[in-house]
Amino acid sequence: MARLSLRGIKKRFRTADVLHGIDLEIGDREFAVFVGPSGCGKSTLLRLIAGLDPITEGEFFLNDQRMNDVPPSRRGIAMVFQSYALYPHMDVYENMAFGARLMGLSKQEVEGRIADTARMLRLEALLKRKPRELSGGQRQRVAIGRALVRKPEVFLLDEPLSNLDAALRSEVRLEIAKLHRDIGGTMVYVTHDQVEAMTLADKIVVMNAGRIEQVGSPRELYETPANTFVATFIGSPRMTLIDVASDGARLSLANGGSVATGPLPSAPSLKLGLRPDAVRLTRGHFEDGLWATVVYTEYLGDNAYVYSRLADGTLLAARTTPNDLYAPDEAVTVTVEPSSAHYFSAEDGRRLAL
Amino acid sequence: MSLAANSYYDRKGILATLGRDGLLQIILIANTILMLTPIVIMVFSAFKTTPEIFKAPFAIPDFTQWANFARIWSETNFLRYLLNSFVVTGASMVLILTLGTMAAYAIGRYAFTGANFILMFFLAGLTLPLKLAIIPLFMLMRDLSILNNQLSLIFVYTAMGLPTTVFIMTGFIRSLPNELEDAARMDGASEARIMWSIMLPLVRPALVIAGIQNVVPIWNDFFFPLVFIQNDSLKTLPQGLTTFMGEYTTDWGVLFSGLTLSAAPIILIYILLSKQFIAGMTSGAVK
Repeated sequence: MARLSLRGIKKRFRTADVLHGIDLEIGDREFAVFVGPSGCGKSTLLRLIAGLDPITEGEFFLNDQRMNDVPPSRRGIAMVFQSYALYPHMDVYENMAFGARLMGLSKQEVEGRIADTARMLRLEALLKRKPRELSGGQRQRVAIGRALVRKPEVFLLDEPLSNLDAALRSEVRLEIAKLHRDIGGTMVYVTHDQVEAMTLADKIVVMNAGRIEQVGSPRELYETPANTFVATFIGSPRMTLIDVASDGARLSLANGGSVATGPLPSAPSLKLGLRPDAVRLTRGHFEDGLWATVVYTEYLGDNAYVYSRLADGTLLAARTTPNDLYAPDEAVTVTVEPSSAHYFSAEDGRRLAL
Repeated sequence: MSLAANSYYDRKGILATLGRDGLLQIILIANTILMLTPIVIMVFSAFKTTPEIFKAPFAIPDFTQWANFARIWSETNFLRYLLNSFVVTGASMVLILTLGTMAAYAIGRYAFTGANFILMFFLAGLTLPLKLAIIPLFMLMRDLSILNNQLSLIFVYTAMGLPTTVFIMTGFIRSLPNELEDAARMDGASEARIMWSIMLPLVRPALVIAGIQNVVPIWNDFFFPLVFIQNDSLKTLPQGLTTFMGEYTTDWGVLFSGLTLSAAPIILIYILLSKQFIAGMTSGAVK
C-alpha cells in the first residue's frame, strides 16, 4: 500500500521559485510519469518526494502520514538515479548490500534478498564485478536492484533511460514495465521523453515552468489535451496550431483559404489544433480547404510525414501513405477530419468546449 | 609501383622512424637519468671512503665495503634518530591527513556562509614562509614548555602541511558527484558514514598525493629540529647525521651512507604508492 498525496507543494531555492504549488494524488500501485521540458521542476519534485531536498511550503503525505520532516531512508522510498550513482569502489553485491545492512537486516536476510533480486534482474553472474566493469544496461539493472533490495513501497526513477543508447532504451523500457507488473509497487518516473511517458504510464503528469499543466491517462492527454502546451508536448510529430478566424461555420486564414470542420466553439478567433493524422492533403489549390506549399517529406517506410507551410507561415505536419510523396514547393490544399480537430482559446491557450 | 622503388624513395627521416612517441621516450629517458644520477651517486658514495669519493666520484664502488654503515651504527644513535623521525613524521602525517580531510570535506560538500573564507584562510598559509616566524615560534614553544619536545615539531609540521592538504583535498572532494551522496542518503547512511564509506575511498588517490607532498619535506626537515631540539635522544635523522659534518673536516663517506639509509624509507613509500599517486595525478585528465 502506498498512496502519495502532494498538497500545495512549493519549492524555493534562495530567491528562485521552482515549484508554484503542486497538488497531486498518486494511487497505490500506480505508475505515474512526470514529463515536461528541462527546467520544468519535475526532477525537483521527485527530490522533494524522496526527501533529498526540504519542502519550502505545502505538505506531502504517504498513506496519510505527513512526510515533510521524515528523513529519506525512513520514508519507505527508493530512488534510481539518472547517473545510476553506483558506489564505484564496491562490487555489485556490496552496492546492493549497503542499504540493506543499514536497515538493520540480519546477514541471512540481506543475502536472501540480494539472491532474489539478482535472480529477477539476471545479475547473478555479475555480483563480484565493480561498476566500471559493467555495460550501461547492466549498471542500470544494478541501480534498480539496489532499490529493490530495500523492498520499498515507492520507487522513484529519475530519467533512468537517458544514459542508454536507443536500442537498449526500448528494451529496458519493457523491463521496467514488466518489473512494475511483477513487484506491484507505486512508481514515480521522471522523463522528458514523451514516448517513455506514453508507453509506461498509468497516469501522466505534464509539467511546465513549475506548474502541473494536466494530469491524466496517456489516452486522455492525447485525445483531450487541456491546453496548447500539453497538445504540442504529447504526440510526435507535434500537433500543428493555427490561428484562425471563425464565422461560426467556417474557419479561415487570411489569404490562405478556409475550411469547414463541423460544430465550432463560439469565438470569433481561436487556435485550431491538428495532429498529423487529422488532415488530408490534395494536390493543387481548391476553394474548400487551407492552402499550403510543401516544404519537405519524411519517408519512414510504413508511412510518411509531409511538412507544408500555410499562408501565415505555420509549418503543418500531415501523415500520408508512403506511396503518396510530394515534391518540395508543390501546392497542396489541406482539409480537416472534423472529429479529430482540437480548438483552443486564442487568448490563454485553454481547450474550448464545443 | 615496384617494391624496390618504394623501399628506396619512401625511406623515412629519424623523426618519422621514431615517431613523436619515440622522441618523447628519448626526452623521458634523459630526464630519468638526470633525476636518478644524484641518488645513484649518493648510494655509490656510501660505499666509498672520503679520499675515494674525491678520486673517482663516479666509479662503481666495492659493494662489500660496509664500513661506513658500521660506523653509523656504532658511532651515532642511528636507531634512535630513525625512530624519532618515524614518530614525528608519522604523527604529523596522521594529524595533517585527518584534520585536512575533515576540513576539506566540510568546505567541499556543505554549502554554508563563510566556506570560501575558510578555504582562503587555509590557502593563505601557502604564502607564509614559516621560517621567517622562527623567533615568535620559538618563544611560543618555550611558553607552552614544549621546547626540546617532539610535540613542538609535530605542531609546526601540521600547520605547515594543512594548507596544501586542504587545497588538494577540497578540489577532489568537490569533484565527486552529488548523486552518490544522495544515493547513500536514500540508503539510510548518516553523514559520518557517507564521508567514511562512500566519499573517502573515492579520494584515496588525493590522500596519497597530499601524503607524499607532505611526507618528503617533513622527513627531510633539518631546520626546525635544529632550533627546537637539543636533547640528543630526541634528534631526528637529518639532524643526527650532522655528527659527521665537522667544522674543518667532513666524513663524506659516512654522511652519504647515513643519507642513503635516511632516504630509503621515503623511496620505498614512494615506490609502493606510486601507482595510486599517478592515478590521482591523471584522474582529472581522463574523466
